[in-house]
Amino acid sequence: MTSPAPVSEIRIVADRLTKRFGDFVAVNAVSFEARAGEIIGFLGPNGAGKSTTIRILTGLLRPSGGQAIVAGFDVARSPERVRENIGYMSQKFSLYTDLTVMENLRFFGGVYGVNGARLEERLKFAIGMAGLTDRTDALVADLSGGWKQRLALGCAVLHEPAILFLDEPTSGVDPASRRRFWDLIYSLAGEGVCVVITTHYMDEAEYCNRIALINAGRLVALGSPSELKRRAIRGEILLVQGDNPGAMLEALEGAPAVRDVAPFGSSLHIVVDDAARDRPVIETLLKERELGWSRIEPIKPTLEDVFVQLIGADSARATAR
Amino acid sequence: MNLRRVKAIARKEIIQVWRDPRSLMVVLLMPLMQMALLGYGVNLDIKHVTICVFDREGSQESQSLMKAFQASAYFDIVEADHDYNAVKRAIDAGRCKMAIVIPPDFSQDLSTTNSSSVQAILDATDDNTANIALGYAQAVVGAFSANVQVERTQSLGQPPPVAPAVAQYRVWFNEDLVSRDFIIPGVVALVLALVGAQLTSLTLSREWERGTMEVLVSTPVTRMELMAGKILPYFFIGMLDAVLCLVIAVLWFETPFRGSVITLLLTTSLFLIVVLGLGYFISARIRSQIGASQIALVATLLPTTMLSGFAFPIDQMPGVIQAITYLVPARYYFMILKAIFLKGSGLADLITPIAFLAIYAVTIALLATRAFRKTLG
Repeated sequence: MTSPAPVSEIRIVADRLTKRFGDFVAVNAVSFEARAGEIIGFLGPNGAGKSTTIRILTGLLRPSGGQAIVAGFDVARSPERVRENIGYMSQKFSLYTDLTVMENLRFFGGVYGVNGARLEERLKFAIGMAGLTDRTDALVADLSGGWKQRLALGCAVLHEPAILFLDEPTSGVDPASRRRFWDLIYSLAGEGVCVVITTHYMDEAEYCNRIALINAGRLVALGSPSELKRRAIRGEILLVQGDNPGAMLEALEGAPAVRDVAPFGSSLHIVVDDAARDRPVIETLLKERELGWSRIEPIKPTLEDVFVQLIGADSARATAR
Repeated sequence: MNLRRVKAIARKEIIQVWRDPRSLMVVLLMPLMQMALLGYGVNLDIKHVTICVFDREGSQESQSLMKAFQASAYFDIVEADHDYNAVKRAIDAGRCKMAIVIPPDFSQDLSTTNSSSVQAILDATDDNTANIALGYAQAVVGAFSANVQVERTQSLGQPPPVAPAVAQYRVWFNEDLVSRDFIIPGVVALVLALVGAQLTSLTLSREWERGTMEVLVSTPVTRMELMAGKILPYFFIGMLDAVLCLVIAVLWFETPFRGSVITLLLTTSLFLIVVLGLGYFISARIRSQIGASQIALVATLLPTTMLSGFAFPIDQMPGVIQAITYLVPARYYFMILKAIFLKGSGLADLITPIAFLAIYAVTIALLATRAFRKTLG
């Protein structure tokens, strides 16, 4: 229920949650808590275990180990009680395209057990939220991506769930629609809904209150975007743009002043202890190799830097093990 | 069980069937086509067997034997040949199934030795037809001999010979021995089994295939509610098809109907629940529509045609196969339909097959509910 809840109320507790498929460990002892009104983003490479984690939390997959309490119920023991309290948008668009907007909404209202005056009120809310007031009789197949996405969200919140799980909800949607979608998520979180979202868009991850960084099934880091940046990047970042980033990468890797270097598109991000002090050292290194650059300057670390740093370090540890 | 959820699912299902041309075709066209195809196509009566005759004598006796064949409804004389080569060609070419050859000394043997023989040459590529045709031919010749004997004794001024014992037979239930009257109830059972299982075989697999299942299973809907909501609309559609088939059977194919409509509807709904449950069970396990529909077809078509007593009598089967037929729901429904249509049996007479169907319905409902899991993978 979205009735104003104290922000401190814990909605999800995952305790060493584990999922194995045969020998493959898809989710490896993931523990975290999420609270009412919080937007927690699962970020990680494809196949890292983000969707699997969400599917365990929604009761779609049984955990192989550990425990998850969602909305006060154990997902393994009372999945039906959990399902009464959650809304879920799967990665794949999953409304009935051969039904109209209204037919879809009424169907989900029915299966979530919403009825009477409350149903009419919630239908109005969902239609308004999706911006489909004039198109309630349109077949869903005829709607464009952004509208479909908002309608799916509308269907998922008809029963005013305490927790909303969104598995890559904005993939394949244009930027304007994505922005609008996030406005809706913010307003839902503002009403006290706990939102768990997976994404691989770095800019979207910045919108989350907290980010759970997942790699190879493990929770690598958990914190607000700024916390993660502070923690992951001990040092400063220099951006170098040049004609031959490949050769530059080779030249700088393992150099004394360089703590880490990673390609970002056509440029490089170099992690150094002190940007002002180390910049001439790097310029000298590049000159020695006769590598030209068009731009070299200190930048603020982005989540992508954090991502590269933490995932890189984690993968290195995994290999060493 | 929350009836609102059941209603929401049933409503959605009806809208989807209504908007899906393929489902509509299964619902409406398939039963009509199958009734027509099987009702007309399957005919176990052997009549108008084409024969050629080779009369090597051309006497009055030989001609009257020919006439006896001609008069029989079972035979059509299509040609008269004058040598064995022509007979051989006629059979090889398939113009006739049987040839009757009368020997040159036919009437002479009859008068001198009191016995003669007639040759019948049969095309036994279809052994069943050949066997039955041979039986008919023996009957025609037998009747002819009896006549000759009667005439002979009369001409000698003696009393007609006394037959020591004659079987007087009376056929019940299908007085005219028309195989269609027996086949049509079987066709109704077959059509309902096929259509019923087809209808529900698509219902869960469609959700898996279109990706709507993942969100559906994340809702609080229970397995029982889902099954009830999914089967209910198809039950009404199935009953509609059943009434359609039964009306065609009675009005179009003129199958005699001697039982009560209530008994018929009650037993039909029981059978429908069984086949709908079977389709749902398959759908719960097979996540593609094509796959589920194929398996539903095989699971209903083969047992219903081969093992229900429709094509082959069950008491003629080897023991093991007979035991297997107890697992074929159409066996009971076919038995019930035949009894209601031809014998006019009531519920009390049919208690055994009804009990079997009821046990079947409960079992399949339990299996189908359990077969579906609200988890992925």
